Amino acid sequence: MTRSRFSLRRVSPSDPPIGGRSFDLLCTTMAAVVAVHALHLPWWLTVSLLAILALRWRQRRTHARNVSAWLKIPLVALLLASIVATYGSIFGREPGSAFAVGLLVLKLLESEHRRDARVGVTFACFALMSALLFDQGMFATAFVALALLPALATLRSLEDARPEPARLTGEFSAPLLMLALSIPLALFAFLFVPRLSSPLWGAPMNNQARTGLSSRMSPGDMTELLTDDAPAMRVTFDGGKMPDRPARYFRAYVLWMFDGKEWRAGGGAYRRAPSTLVPGNNVTYEIALEATHEFAMPVLDAPVAPPEKSRMLPDRTVTANNRIDEVVRYRVASTTSYHFEPELDESVRHMALQLPDDVGPKARALAADWRARFGNDDGSIALAALGLFRDGGFSYTLAPPPLGRDRIDDFLFDTHQGYCEHYASAFTFLMRAAGIPARVVTGYQGGYWNTLGNYLLVRQSDAHAWSEIWLAGRGWVRYDPTGAVRPERVSQLGAAAAQPGENSLSGQWLREFRNRMDIVNQWWGRGVIGFDALRQQGLLRPFGIARADVGKLSLILVIGCALLVVVALTWALFRPREGDALDAWMRRLEAKLARAGVARRVSEGPRHYFARAARALPGDRASLEALAGLYIRLRYAFDEPPPEPLREFGGKVREFKPRRVVK
Amino acid sequence: MTLASHWRRVVALAEKRLPSLTRMRQREPLPILLNRRRIYIVPTGFGLGFAVLLCVMLVGALNYANNAALILTCLLGAASAGSMLVAFRVLNGLTIGTLRADSAVAGSSIRVSLDISTNDEARTGVHLDVHEQQLALQVPAHGAATAEFELLTEMRGWLPLPRMRIYTTWPLGMFRAWSWLNPDRQVLVYPRPEAFGPPPFEPQGDADRGRPRVGDELASLRDYRPGDPRRQIAWKLSARHHDLLVKDMEQPAPKEDWRLDWDNIHGLDAESRISRLARWIDEGHQGGRRWSLQLPDRYFDIAQGDEHYHRCMTALALQP
Repeated sequence: MTRSRFSLRRVSPSDPPIGGRSFDLLCTTMAAVVAVHALHLPWWLTVSLLAILALRWRQRRTHARNVSAWLKIPLVALLLASIVATYGSIFGREPGSAFAVGLLVLKLLESEHRRDARVGVTFACFALMSALLFDQGMFATAFVALALLPALATLRSLEDARPEPARLTGEFSAPLLMLALSIPLALFAFLFVPRLSSPLWGAPMNNQARTGLSSRMSPGDMTELLTDDAPAMRVTFDGGKMPDRPARYFRAYVLWMFDGKEWRAGGGAYRRAPSTLVPGNNVTYEIALEATHEFAMPVLDAPVAPPEKSRMLPDRTVTANNRIDEVVRYRVASTTSYHFEPELDESVRHMALQLPDDVGPKARALAADWRARFGNDDGSIALAALGLFRDGGFSYTLAPPPLGRDRIDDFLFDTHQGYCEHYASAFTFLMRAAGIPARVVTGYQGGYWNTLGNYLLVRQSDAHAWSEIWLAGRGWVRYDPTGAVRPERVSQLGAAAAQPGENSLSGQWLREFRNRMDIVNQWWGRGVIGFDALRQQGLLRPFGIARADVGKLSLILVIGCALLVVVALTWALFRPREGDALDAWMRRLEAKLARAGVARRVSEGPRHYFARAARALPGDRASLEALAGLYIRLRYAFDEPPPEPLREFGGKVREFKPRRVVK
Repeated sequence: MTLASHWRRVVALAEKRLPSLTRMRQREPLPILLNRRRIYIVPTGFGLGFAVLLCVMLVGALNYANNAALILTCLLGAASAGSMLVAFRVLNGLTIGTLRADSAVAGSSIRVSLDISTNDEARTGVHLDVHEQQLALQVPAHGAATAEFELLTEMRGWLPLPRMRIYTTWPLGMFRAWSWLNPDRQVLVYPRPEAFGPPPFEPQGDADRGRPRVGDELASLRDYRPGDPRRQIAWKLSARHHDLLVKDMEQPAPKEDWRLDWDNIHGLDAESRISRLARWIDEGHQGGRRWSLQLPDRYFDIAQGDEHYHRCMTALALQP
């Protein structure tokens, strides 16, 4: 008797080399990883990584050999050096992922064995996930999920004794089915995995130089913003009551302080209750604001009350209590016809007239000239300033010539070119110089109305700056000097107006398409990306659980997963019984007889079995003999048992009740 | 004492409920049908590594509140978990059926083949571990695959099949579903013939020993002598010569029948007698002789051929 030790550990076979097909699939996986990251990798890195991949693929096809370390080590060093040279560091989101993708492709150079391939696929999965840190839009996610196919196909191809599809494309159908079948479990887990209410470690904020509105403005800042097509926010109006396009001004910051170069909020001296407002007709709406990593929450015109978790500043802009690091939604009611702060406080007036001393002597002279000409008529002075912009040879461009030391005078009397920031800044300066309280407001203006989804899409390129001046009896009144220069900027899309040269038909078509496609992104953003801890807690409200905490969620997760596992196990354990209806009836009869103590033996034919049963159960001899005759006829006299006698046999089996033998 | 009886009950229960884990002590008849009671699943090293990666991805996605990454992680996790069931389904319902074995003498290896069959869908990536040999095979749908392996033999007699493990890591290599196979079959190992030794005793006495007899085999060609039968003339070859040539048919001297007798071997222990007899039978079989074998408990009458050989060797192999 041989004795063998009981152990779970297997004697591991030597690591087998990768077959040609597996290597092709591995290369495809790596290429997919590079493709998924291509959007944010430097182009030269993408190109050279793909070239290395292609060369290695060819090299292994011609002669399967490891690449010499003399080539690998310099390549890794080169990769490291070029990434440090590009990004200045190896840490952080962009350089980190670039380095990871580069290493992954270089790992191919030494992937000769199954172990290497598995390690490569594992880290490829991680690299695929890290691509979603850059863009978690629906298309990006779908693309990344598709890139899992070659990864799974590679793993499958590494197994021994498998049928190899004739073509490479044939490898992807089975992983596709596998992924499709795992969607229910994945979705369930997605819904119920308890979210962290606060991150375990710092969220990746570095290098997120995403342009957005800020609490400072110096002419030239917004250029990047106005060419950025990313969505800034989406607005849904209650009852579809949307103000007309020229009235769609979303205020984010009010800038008071000007130092000759830069406008700043300077609200420190302005800590008061929100200014008085005499509201007219109200508009109620909901805004979904993309992450800005700032505090400001843009609202339409003059809000009546601040939304939740925020407070309203005296100038009726709204500041969130927490920094907006993810999509937030808030409901606000605003009024579009109003008297905004009809009585101006003296300290506010002082602040709204503040000007740096040594800036804009020519502008001050012009303002004094207007004041002399129009007397106390502040409105006419403002109109004169707008007239200057309209008729004074000013033009709207996103690429203005640089301004000299005195930005106001240079712009007003020399370059005459600029965009909203320049005009808002110059206009406000002129007003203050003329003694009219004025301030700069930044925010968004316009937006695209998505008819399909009934919401207003506001892009970063809709960012805008304008002025508000205080007129006696009317309060703060909005003046948009940019509109005087380029009325389309206010009445049309910001980006369209900003780029007159590129306003070709195809560009417009593309923009239109993108605007329409935004509804899908909106849906994705609302349903998937915006599914945070708060909404997860409300998930079970329809089932009577007001607030699903971590414990309940975990419980449901465990129970649900168990249920899904049971479903899957049923599938795994299900094996169709063999045979036809006659076999099924016979099995039933055998079960009855087995309970009576006559179990059929493996090697026993029907005739012998029935005879034995009749001997063992003499009380049922007659019915057993009838059953035996019927069964043998049905089984052996026909190719296919005819239905009528089969039904008869079934009835007899159903009626058959073995009488217990009294011993 | 009670502890021991408790332990026995636990073992008996385990034997009943978890036959696969305790299969090492109980043999079972073929065919073996693999079912859910005896298939066990453990993650492989790669599967554990992948699970660690999934955890890292999960924590990262949760930490950065990145729901797209979370979906991807859940999808990968669900696919991996599903692969466990696929692995289970590869083994579930497999039948380990017929066993065939060649003959081999002790000390050499014996070829054994085992049929693994299914009566439903095809199975992929079925591995069989036998004696540190790894076999990988595909079982076709409604068909059978044959696993062939070699067993090292040490001594004559019945060699029980070793405990084997059937396992699969299909489809992703993250989980290993396995089951122990401990069939109660044995393969017969013939005794090892001794390397050299004396020939068997041959009774002398046949007078015409050495005289050639007319037989079927062509021994040589010679000139025609009157009186040679006509059908022995090699007509074709003779056409190239002046004289007629005659095929000289001859049969080698008939070999003496061997009467092999256990009791006629003196001064040896039983094992040596067996290996001597085995050598004689081997030589006799190869030399085309006829032999009879007298063993202490039975007698094989004079005969020749494969069947006789195997019968005699089996009897020798099973000598106590």
